[in-house]
Amino acid sequence: MRGKENREKLIQLFLLTIALSAISILALISIFIFTEGLPIMFRHGFKKFLFSLDWYPSEGYFGLLPMIIGSLLVTAGAMVIGVPLGLAGAIYLTQFSSKKVRNLVKPMIELLAGIPSVVYGFIGVVILVPFVRENFGGPGFSVFTASIILGIMILPTILSISIDSLMALPPSYREGSIALGATQWQTVRMVLLPAARSGIIASLILGLGRAVGETMAVIMIAGNATALPRSILDPVRTLTSNIALEMGYVSGEHRQALFATGVILFIIIMILNTMANLTSKRMAS
Amino acid sequence: MISIEVKNLSVFYGSFQALKNINIKIERQKISALIGPSGCGKTTFLRCLNRMNDLIDEARVVGEVFIDGLNIYEEKVDLLELRRRVGMVFQRPNPFPLSIEDNILYGLKVHRINDPKIMEERLIKSLEAVQLWPQLKNQLRKNALTLSLEQQQRLCLARALAVEPEILLMDEPCSALDPIATARIEELMFELKKKYTIVIVTHNMQQAARVSDFTGYFLLGELIEFGETHQIFTAPADKRTEDYITGRYG
Repeated sequence: MRGKENREKLIQLFLLTIALSAISILALISIFIFTEGLPIMFRHGFKKFLFSLDWYPSEGYFGLLPMIIGSLLVTAGAMVIGVPLGLAGAIYLTQFSSKKVRNLVKPMIELLAGIPSVVYGFIGVVILVPFVRENFGGPGFSVFTASIILGIMILPTILSISIDSLMALPPSYREGSIALGATQWQTVRMVLLPAARSGIIASLILGLGRAVGETMAVIMIAGNATALPRSILDPVRTLTSNIALEMGYVSGEHRQALFATGVILFIIIMILNTMANLTSKRMAS
Repeated sequence: MISIEVKNLSVFYGSFQALKNINIKIERQKISALIGPSGCGKTTFLRCLNRMNDLIDEARVVGEVFIDGLNIYEEKVDLLELRRRVGMVFQRPNPFPLSIEDNILYGLKVHRINDPKIMEERLIKSLEAVQLWPQLKNQLRKNALTLSLEQQQRLCLARALAVEPEILLMDEPCSALDPIATARIEELMFELKKKYTIVIVTHNMQQAARVSDFTGYFLLGELIEFGETHQIFTAPADKRTEDYITGRYG
């Protein structure tokens, strides 16, 4: 009897350790980034990091505003492209297409998620960058190009989670609506989308997270200039690119400045996540 | 007066024939009950009357269904208008996850009835018709899914009534309810038949005997017998009907 109880406790302890280790890794990463990044921000002032335009880290200028703007622009652009396509695709595949088409197309779209981001970047450089340069002007490496590639990259996330949440709705909603004389589209717009709202918003948050955090593809196609873009055809550098591009050779204050970049990225992601969560809660009540 | 006349109706799901050559005349402002063992085709039949079988990919319907003299399986039929005129209540209450008010007004919005005066009037009228108005009039913004099952089913009925149908199809409307709620819904049906033609599918023979004026017995996709309820239950013409209602089958 006693042995059994002890074993039970041991197993509980074991599972607790595993559960806590996931959280503790998150905690460790946060602590590490903040201890490395915050001191330099205090030393030079937060204002300089957040609102100054000049990034000459070897000379002590640590203005991250162009990168903050760059990250936000590229993410917003990716959402503008990815969200309508993802939602429209999810609606079509769950409500209008035949089962056969859905079973064929959905796995193919999910396959998109498995393509390494460097491949997206490569396709961007080889095909999209020259295309944008020739047809729209500018260097081709731009907010616009990066937005398109990122929009495609977040598509599978948005699409497949939205499909899952639309499919999880009881078929009786659709039947009830059709039986009242509603069209398919009215049913989707007025019943199914509101009913699947929380899942759809979750898909948007995940897509957003992927767009903010993506590094490799963005480095290859966004141009990486540390200046404020004047149009969507100008090159930009994102916060993630800033870290990845310079981490290889830095030391001293410059290295700390990259951790400060990480702190700001961290905070931006927290803000975006909280905002998305709040909207979903407000819409639910 | 005949409201629905069905001629030589057959339904196929792929190669399986679910209904075999059904002929039936359903009286206006009466309750007609369809009984029979599970899988006998009674629900399939019901769903032919508002063409809900169109939603099933592999279903094929052959034959004619006349509602007020118009064959609803003709090509030019306005399906949306048909489904407005022929309302349906399902086996499990299926209110939308919206407020009580939005549930009732849904049908109106769908049919582009936007006049606030009419909307208000229909909202009150249909909730009154299902006797929910006194309980719910102060909580119309509440989510419909928080109501009890009986209230949800009444709400679904009210939602169908709000678009002013002529015919109500009920697919085992009480199967998710307790006996007391069932009795109250049955009372409500007596009220409703003054205005509406009601066709109800039920697996509960006592319910058919209690509420209906006419009863039809389905078996393996065939309509064995259709006639006045007291006659079906006291002196069925067909041996198979007798076996079923006396409990020797099923």
